[in-house]
Amino acid sequence: MAGVNEPELLHAGLNLANHPSEKQAQVESDVFGFWVFLMSDAILFALLFVVYGTMLDATAGVPAPHTDFKFSSSFLETLALLSSSFAYGMVSLNLKLGASRRWIWGWLGVTFLLGAWFLRLEIGDFTDMVAHGETAQASGALSSFFVLVGTHGLHVTCGLIWIVIMAVQLAIHDIDERVKINLIRLGLFWHFLDVVWVAIFTIVYLRGLLA
Amino acid sequence: MDSMVWHSLFGRFVWIDLPVVKAWQDPTISNIIAGAAAMIAVFGALAGLGLITWLRKWRYLWSEWFTSLDHKRIGIMYVCLAVVMIVRGVIEGVLMRVQQDLAVNAPGILAPDHFAQFFSTHGTIMIFFVVMPLISGLVNFAMPLQIGARDVAFPFLNSIGLWLSVGGAVLVMVSLVIGEFSTGGWSGYPPYTELAFNGGVGPDYWIWAVTMSSLSAMLTGLNFAVTIYKLRAPGMSWMRLPLFSWTALCTAILMIFAMPPLTVATLLLAADRYLGMHFFTNDLGGNMMNYVNLFWLFGHPEVYILILPAFGVYSEVVSAYSSKELYGYVSLVIATMAIAVLSFTVWLHHFFTMGQSANVNAFFGILTMLIGIPTGVKLYNWTWTMFRGRVRYTAPMLFTLAFLITFVIGGLSGIILATPPLDYMMHNTLFLVAHFHNMLIPGTLFGMIAGCQYWFPKAFGFRLEEKWGKRAVFFWVVGFYMAFMPLYVLGADGATRRTVEFSNPAFQPWLLVAMCGGFLILAGLASLFVQVWVSVKKRDRLAVPVGDPWDARGLEWSISAPPPEYNFVSIPQVGHRDAFYWRKRNHGAYKPADHYRDIEMPKNTGWGVIFGLGMAVCFFGLVWHIWWMAILFGLLSIAAGLVRSFQRDLHKIIPAAEIEAADRHWLAIAAAATPVSRHLEETPSNEGRAIWPE
Amino acid sequence: MNRLRPVLGDLLTYALGYALALALTFTAFALVYFRLAAPQTIFAIILVLGLAQIIVHMRCFLHLSLQRSARADLMLVLFSSLIIALMVGGTLVVLFNLRARMM
Repeated sequence: MAGVNEPELLHAGLNLANHPSEKQAQVESDVFGFWVFLMSDAILFALLFVVYGTMLDATAGVPAPHTDFKFSSSFLETLALLSSSFAYGMVSLNLKLGASRRWIWGWLGVTFLLGAWFLRLEIGDFTDMVAHGETAQASGALSSFFVLVGTHGLHVTCGLIWIVIMAVQLAIHDIDERVKINLIRLGLFWHFLDVVWVAIFTIVYLRGLLA
Repeated sequence: MDSMVWHSLFGRFVWIDLPVVKAWQDPTISNIIAGAAAMIAVFGALAGLGLITWLRKWRYLWSEWFTSLDHKRIGIMYVCLAVVMIVRGVIEGVLMRVQQDLAVNAPGILAPDHFAQFFSTHGTIMIFFVVMPLISGLVNFAMPLQIGARDVAFPFLNSIGLWLSVGGAVLVMVSLVIGEFSTGGWSGYPPYTELAFNGGVGPDYWIWAVTMSSLSAMLTGLNFAVTIYKLRAPGMSWMRLPLFSWTALCTAILMIFAMPPLTVATLLLAADRYLGMHFFTNDLGGNMMNYVNLFWLFGHPEVYILILPAFGVYSEVVSAYSSKELYGYVSLVIATMAIAVLSFTVWLHHFFTMGQSANVNAFFGILTMLIGIPTGVKLYNWTWTMFRGRVRYTAPMLFTLAFLITFVIGGLSGIILATPPLDYMMHNTLFLVAHFHNMLIPGTLFGMIAGCQYWFPKAFGFRLEEKWGKRAVFFWVVGFYMAFMPLYVLGADGATRRTVEFSNPAFQPWLLVAMCGGFLILAGLASLFVQVWVSVKKRDRLAVPVGDPWDARGLEWSISAPPPEYNFVSIPQVGHRDAFYWRKRNHGAYKPADHYRDIEMPKNTGWGVIFGLGMAVCFFGLVWHIWWMAILFGLLSIAAGLVRSFQRDLHKIIPAAEIEAADRHWLAIAAAATPVSRHLEETPSNEGRAIWPE
Repeated sequence: MNRLRPVLGDLLTYALGYALALALTFTAFALVYFRLAAPQTIFAIILVLGLAQIIVHMRCFLHLSLQRSARADLMLVLFSSLIIALMVGGTLVVLFNLRARMM
């Protein structure tokens, strides 16, 4: 296989230095596998987007989802998730630096809090909409809105649980090979969710607020 | 029992949901068939479990097989799953032929609703639980051996994929015994599968069984793609990759990208049914055309997921049994990749009649016809490979030849259907049924059977007996033509598909021929079982321990049969395409390694089994609205998946001394074996070592 | 400090990504909030801004680049984008065509 013998060849952006080349190949394929998974997930989101797009007008007499969008909360949600993505970047940096667990725990904590804040805002949005009679059962447009944004929210929830699990594993195993790999994967997952959110706030929220 | 308590414990289950009880209360022929099928399933399962207990094989099966992460064993288990399911699938097919033959101006033996379950289960089983496991199984077994790897990239994920598939198959089988299956066809179109039209458990069984299969396929595809991308042996550049591995890679890519649309379709349908949403409903803004579109975004690449690995098998088989290099390797690779990409651009031809404009239809019709070009290229490649080769007409080779001819007929009928105006005539008729069976039986099933026969000696250390193999070919091929050629005629005459009763007496003779063909196919399946049985009996005379019974060319033939757990004593260096052929030619085969080193392999684990079967129980709870069961087992499965991330010490070391002893033992067998030439291939003197040069 | 040096570049990348992403986000939201153009125009602009931000995230947070070490990931992402474009584009054409004919 081309590349195994080249020491610099590693997961992009995060160098787990000082490993024998066989281990490097292992890390490389582990992380690449997670990229493949994310791309499969991206297809899933793309299809939910397109279903949302085709059902925008399917309001069935109920107010369309966008009538209840709030500028402030979608903006704050964006800031929260974007900042949490940056915070996770600091986790990756500390990992690369070989910093002690405390730093990693700290930045994981910041990521978690920002993610949880995001989720709280989103749940607030949803409950407001439901209170106004805009439930997922009311129309096709609302079904597709709740499923698209809700699937992203579900992913964020999974990410938060994953952060907790990694914090526990750090306590049990310290920073060993597998913890490192899983932290890298978690990072990819978390940044990926932010990318999906960029599409959501642009296509769902900003478009809705424009209408 | 208080109905509240009953409902919280057993959901919406009532006794009449058992086909056996239903048959007792209302003994129509249709109900008796359903009841008998349920009894056969129950007693078959009990007999199997009893046999294992009686032979005291539980511990062996659990520790050596179910928990194994060895790609070869997982591959063999996939094939076993497919073997169990194909029996049900073929019997259902035959019963449908019987029904249609009897039901010309008569009710026949199956009630309409029951008949609808038949064609739904037949399609679902054949696609998701026969052919998909066969593909996952063959690729799992052969691909890592071909590329010179010790295992797949993610052995645990492999186990999870297997047990998700098994769980899905279990759900389909359970639907036979408790409740009923969907009546919406294998494609599960709303409105047939929507709450308003079918509030029963059938569509829910379909949704969850297919979802499990879809997740399994996606994870398996991911695993295969990363394995081929990252774990090829040194020197195995892309243009040295064996063609089966190429098709495995393209199939894996299709699985990664084509399974999510299916998952989206089934889960949105579930959202409609369980949460009262309106994606595909008739009212409140639902749009069932969205479903059709999503389903075929998956469905068309799926066709190539099914067919490409068979193309890979044919390439290997033709080359090996002609003792020739594959003709036009590069063009085959390019054709395979072209098919993989084009397959994402033609899904609309499955619903030309949905109502979009003629321009849209024409565009997709033209793209569809384009796919015929790379496929045609391949046919020439295989034909030219045989030209002036030393061709042996073994069973796999005969399947390949049958495929070459039959597939062209299917392809031509495909070109007819790709023309939108003609499709308007043929859509939803038996012509279509004939067309896709004409693609999938020779195009996939023959290939998978040929692949199993071709690699069987590698997996088990002895060849399959040829006589029953050839009988199987005869029954399958003749049965196929008799069963499906009449359907072309019927379809062109306007016989609609999925029809329980016909009123045109002119259909009768054709339906009779088709029914006879169905029975011949059943005989073909039985012949395959007899072939295995006879071969096991004669395994000493058929033994090929040296491991190269066909004088074949890929790395998988360079090791013992069956191969050791770690596949290769030392990872091979690859200098040419057809690596083992060149090694034999340069007298480099059957040599001890320079150094014997310790090898690290993954330890067995049972968490994959628990995950897959736990998910099956969780989904069973969802089907019947037994919420405690769904939540409990859902959490259990997730926990099972997580436990492993906390575990360390996941590997075992196989000591160098043990490896050296095993290797030298095998080398001694190889040295003692008499090399045979090709005309002795089917005789007991073939111990798996080929004369070189012949 | 020697240990820090290789990390400094990465820190800058993250900071730059954060700053760019914030700027793009603010611009998009400001365009919508102040209605600085016709809705159609604004929608077109925010789509471009969104795409730009996705590229920024990919480059600065997910570390996709043209370097050899990231090539496999990059090819994967590009291929996925192709498939997404086919699926999304095709679906929109087909379903809007259907809707137009049903009106």
